[in-house]
Amino acid sequence: MNVAVAKTGNGRAVSDLFASAEGRLPGSPSVIAARREAFETYERLGLPHRRIEEWKYTDLRALVGEVLPLAAAPDAAALKRAADAVKAHAIAGARKLVLVDGVFAADLSDVKALAAEAGFRTLRETLEKDAGLLKTAATDAVIALNAAMATDGVVLGIADGVQLSAPIQIIHIATAPSASAFSRSQIVVGKGARATIIENFVAAGASAYQVSDAVLVTVGDNADVAHIRLMDDAPDAVNITSQFVTVGANTKLNVFNMTTGAAVSRLQGFITLAGEGSELSVNGVNLLQKTEHGDTTLVVDHAVPNCVSREVFRAVIDDRAHSVFQGRIIVRPDAQKTDGKMMIRALLLSDEAEADNKPELEIFADDVSCGHGATAGALDDTLLFYLKARGLPEKQAQALLIQAFVGEAIEQIADDDLREHVIGIAERWLERRS
Amino acid sequence: MALLEVKDLKVRVEEREILHGLTLTVNEGEIHAIMGPNGSGKSTLSHVIAGKPGYEVTDGQILFKGEDLLEMAPNERSAKGVFLAFQYPVEIPGVATMTFLRTALNAQRKARGESEYSTPDFLKKVREVSKSLNIPQDMLKRGVNVGFSGGEKKRNEVLQMALFEPSLCILDEMDSGLDIDALRIAADGVNALHSPKRAMVVITHYQRLLNYIVPDIVHVMSKGRVVKSGGKELALELEASGYAQFEDAA
Repeated sequence: MNVAVAKTGNGRAVSDLFASAEGRLPGSPSVIAARREAFETYERLGLPHRRIEEWKYTDLRALVGEVLPLAAAPDAAALKRAADAVKAHAIAGARKLVLVDGVFAADLSDVKALAAEAGFRTLRETLEKDAGLLKTAATDAVIALNAAMATDGVVLGIADGVQLSAPIQIIHIATAPSASAFSRSQIVVGKGARATIIENFVAAGASAYQVSDAVLVTVGDNADVAHIRLMDDAPDAVNITSQFVTVGANTKLNVFNMTTGAAVSRLQGFITLAGEGSELSVNGVNLLQKTEHGDTTLVVDHAVPNCVSREVFRAVIDDRAHSVFQGRIIVRPDAQKTDGKMMIRALLLSDEAEADNKPELEIFADDVSCGHGATAGALDDTLLFYLKARGLPEKQAQALLIQAFVGEAIEQIADDDLREHVIGIAERWLERRS
Repeated sequence: MALLEVKDLKVRVEEREILHGLTLTVNEGEIHAIMGPNGSGKSTLSHVIAGKPGYEVTDGQILFKGEDLLEMAPNERSAKGVFLAFQYPVEIPGVATMTFLRTALNAQRKARGESEYSTPDFLKKVREVSKSLNIPQDMLKRGVNVGFSGGEKKRNEVLQMALFEPSLCILDEMDSGLDIDALRIAADGVNALHSPKRAMVVITHYQRLLNYIVPDIVHVMSKGRVVKSGGKELALELEASGYAQFEDAA
């Protein structure tokens, strides 16, 4: 194993990373063994780079270089900043679960209110028994590293038939500068249940930090779930998130992802439609400026017949930013009557902005309706002139058209308050445009 | 008092000169009609006054209330009181009409150093204005011009005119694409907005529109110049004899 380490170039530093963190990572001896194994996988593969097809446009060796040491436990000042951040980002009425630098913060969370409707434990607690949650099918290096280093996370169980009376909001807060946080969570939604889950990633006085998150989601039959992830990190942060989602039969799952921060970000979602008659809607918005790099990579796997999937993705790219969207729809041989569509549109606000859109269809069944479209372009001058002729200054006219452009994806959020929350984040991004 | 003074205006689009020295003065409260065949430069004139990009003014000037209009960005012209009713108002999917109207009105007020409307005050004002123009409320709930008929689009332009209270309204071929009923409704709206302080410049091919909006002065444009000006009877004369005589004159 050590021979391979040398090949990765940064293997030495990485080994120190794990060695120095190991004593602080929770888990029984069997869990520690699983972590070691995951770390060895990571060491063998190293940070993903452009010669790995899935990471062609997001070369972490070039963009990130090294993984920062694990964040220390937050001190009183950091916890105070985190508490302020919770207030600033909380959605009215939602039950909050807060992770500070990847560690669950009970004092900032609404565990009691949540307990009436959902089962809740921390990842830390589950790891006292077994390493199950550290295991995933994929062998991606960042996923392996996440398994090795995951300090904490939320483990949510919504029982069969439960209709949550309020959304659950998981707030990931970074308080430690130049450090990394690793979290891993599980969300299990039972048959016939109804739930809205929001995840926010925000900074509280931290800069140049790294976030690695993984979420394992299982949605039962006849359920109705909205899962919204809002990545509004510090402009010099790194955020790499992996989502694994399995959807049962006759279920509605509405996923929304938005990126409005981070120097380097990647959301990779692996969604499997495992039960017939389900409707999946995955929508996303990337708002990127300066030299930010934002990557959304989605794999939607139609494993069974008669499911519908829709993906609407919008990227707005300013300055020298770079947006990547990779969307793959797989239709397995048995998955007849699949209806899968994907539409990607990129809006380039500067000559140096860059968009890489890569839609892929892998169809192994013969009676399906699948399609994709991708466009990239600038703001429409005719529309801009109309707005300016009505008194809007250039930037304001642009802002209105940008909001309309991303609106098509944001509209897919059914809940009014939530949609307003998301629009608010987009508006703040527009105000930050110089 | 002279509101708009266009003096010996020469305009090029790419390498081609479209206006070859156009002169026009519009005083407060006057209604002017500009008529002329396709390609005579009518729409170019309206675009240059509004500040549309893509036109190069090579000579002459445009003064608005004595100020150099060509030095101003389109939004500044709008705040000063210039309003162009578009021949083809654009559809802006995803921008709610109410949001658009409020943003535009407040941007103009802000530019003039006036206080911005609060949402309730704005809603009250829109309701008043749309009621006086017989504009149904449900039109305001849709995206800007999205799915509007030709007539609805023009009525939306008239609504904006009423809301923004400009001192100069330029109506660029507002009769294009309208049936006779829609035309009458739009024209009624325009007439309702005419006042001793507000001037109108009506650009049209046909005399028909001038049955509804009666001009004080009619100008005939041909090949980038005003070749004849006269009273409203000039429009009738044109209807009878066509533009050919003026094309020769130019």
